[in-house]
Amino acid sequence: MADPLLDIRDLKTWFRTEDGLVRAVDGVSMSIGAGETLAVVGESGCGKTVTARSVLKLIDMPPGQFAGGQILWRGRDLIPLPPAEMDKIRAREIAMVFQEPMTSLNPVYPVGQQIAESLRTHEGLSRKAALDEAVAMLRLVQISNPERRVHDYPHQFSGGMRQRVMIALALACKPKLLIADEPTTALDVTIQAQILELLVEMKERFGMAIMLITHAMGVVAETAQRVVVMYAGKVVEEATVEDLFAHPRHPYTQGLIRSIPRVDASATVRRRLEQIPGTVPNLLNPPEGCRFAARCGFAVETCRKVEPPLREVAPGHKAACVL
Amino acid sequence: MSRDFLLRRLLIAIPSLFGISLVLFVVLALAPGDPFGELVTNPNVPPEVRLALRAKFGLDDPIWIRYVRWLFAMLQGDWGFSFVSRVNVDTLILQRLPTTMAVIGASQVLAIMIAIPVGVLAAAKPYSLFDQIANTFAFIGFSLPTFFTGLLLILVFSVQLNWLPFVFTTEIRGSGWPWLWEYVRQSIMPVTVLGLFQGASLVRYVRSSVLEVIKLDYVTTARSKGIGERKVLVLHVVRNALIPVVTLVALQMPIVFGGAIVTEQIFRVPGIGSLLISAMLANDTPVIMGVTFVFSCLVVLFNLIADVLYGWLDPRIALR
Repeated sequence: MADPLLDIRDLKTWFRTEDGLVRAVDGVSMSIGAGETLAVVGESGCGKTVTARSVLKLIDMPPGQFAGGQILWRGRDLIPLPPAEMDKIRAREIAMVFQEPMTSLNPVYPVGQQIAESLRTHEGLSRKAALDEAVAMLRLVQISNPERRVHDYPHQFSGGMRQRVMIALALACKPKLLIADEPTTALDVTIQAQILELLVEMKERFGMAIMLITHAMGVVAETAQRVVVMYAGKVVEEATVEDLFAHPRHPYTQGLIRSIPRVDASATVRRRLEQIPGTVPNLLNPPEGCRFAARCGFAVETCRKVEPPLREVAPGHKAACVL
Repeated sequence: MSRDFLLRRLLIAIPSLFGISLVLFVVLALAPGDPFGELVTNPNVPPEVRLALRAKFGLDDPIWIRYVRWLFAMLQGDWGFSFVSRVNVDTLILQRLPTTMAVIGASQVLAIMIAIPVGVLAAAKPYSLFDQIANTFAFIGFSLPTFFTGLLLILVFSVQLNWLPFVFTTEIRGSGWPWLWEYVRQSIMPVTVLGLFQGASLVRYVRSSVLEVIKLDYVTTARSKGIGERKVLVLHVVRNALIPVVTLVALQMPIVFGGAIVTEQIFRVPGIGSLLISAMLANDTPVIMGVTFVFSCLVVLFNLIADVLYGWLDPRIALR
């Protein structure tokens, strides 16, 4: 990839808590090219959301802090950027859709006003023009009767509809990168498919890149081109979607793929859905060596002593495992 | 929505005012003390005159008859007259009410003008130096009773420095600007004492309310829109954090009136509170009844205002 849009290099986002330093993101690197969909997968608490929020600098500091690394947006490092400069990038170049559509919209303003807000700030539109644009955006995300709905308040929308509004809000300024932080987790299954479909459609329409944070491997297979697998604040594997599903190298990735429920022929054999034993390690004092070793069926003595580096195992396929 | 809602709320207020008046009347009737107590010890008044007077005012009738009599008279605009000064109760109250309203109104405005910016700034950077200073002053502010701070201010600014008058009077000579200037000068201390006391407790409510809102998801959404931290704070955080504060201010009004009674007494403000105190000391039942009833009406009114404001500030509340 010649010139990535977003290039995260060795990012360290740590949190100072009463119990000690939590290394939520500890040396993560990943990059996204223009128009590409990158999926970031992993269990809860593995640092996906913190990585995503770090990009837009939405981490509360304190307790959070950038302990190292760079976030290069079109070659410019965002970490030292002053707040006023950062605000010019938010919404206009990088926008975000959040996990909880029920609580991510301000209850006291009509949705149209909330969509119009960033348009008025970034594109200097008048109140009227911005509201017209909000109507157009609502129509684009397939909300029926947008002229009327634009004046409705968030509580008058269902969860799926609110996530559509959130997408309209994020896309209003035509960003080049959309960060979608588990956009379907809080929704029921039928709505999930619709929202994913909408995201793909919007991506094609605006030609933007998407960084899709998820814990559902099924979602990954449907939407992404490339996948980054995170575990305990680190990247453990990175590959194209085809490669990852065909030849998962890291035992953690293999476990994630095996734990996808199947409804094809093999499911007729009555078999318990596989799971990865154990839980994510405590990031206050992560274990020495490979952080997955304690849950890994293949772990050998060296795994518990030396942390395996992320290395290229095949062209475009990296894994952090000694095997 | 709002006209139907207002009408209904006003109609609901009527039975509650009846209830309040009944309780007040019964409590006052059962309380010890007799407005004619003075006449008993006065050797110039023969006992038969005293009995005739009691009969004339119906003081020996059963309570419920007296209540119904009072109620009908009041509904016709006859609030009775003071046993002490022989002035009609409604005249007395109307003389005093504007002063009280001016002092309480100004002190509330002062309290809100201090509490909102201080509370918001303290919450925006919790545990910062500013936050700790604000917290300390708020704690001192609402720990010190108004009768203490009032006397302290009088001692410093009236007795020692001789800058401000310590007796509040409605009989200021002159008119126009000089009159207004004198009025403002004598209002400074009572308004400051009441306003700071109210503001101190309000700061803590504003701060905790802002702290609650500032970590909500939609505030993160607002930040992600790149509209600038000030707009995030004012449009998204403060706007939502003030909803519970508005209710609180309105519901605290009874306490404010209670506090005003003490403050009025200290600064000799000829308001409705000092009227109530002197009426109580003189066992002047009709005046006590009238003043407490006016207080009740004000409390009911402020509750209504709180409800209307709540519905206006929070679109999720449907006023039906």
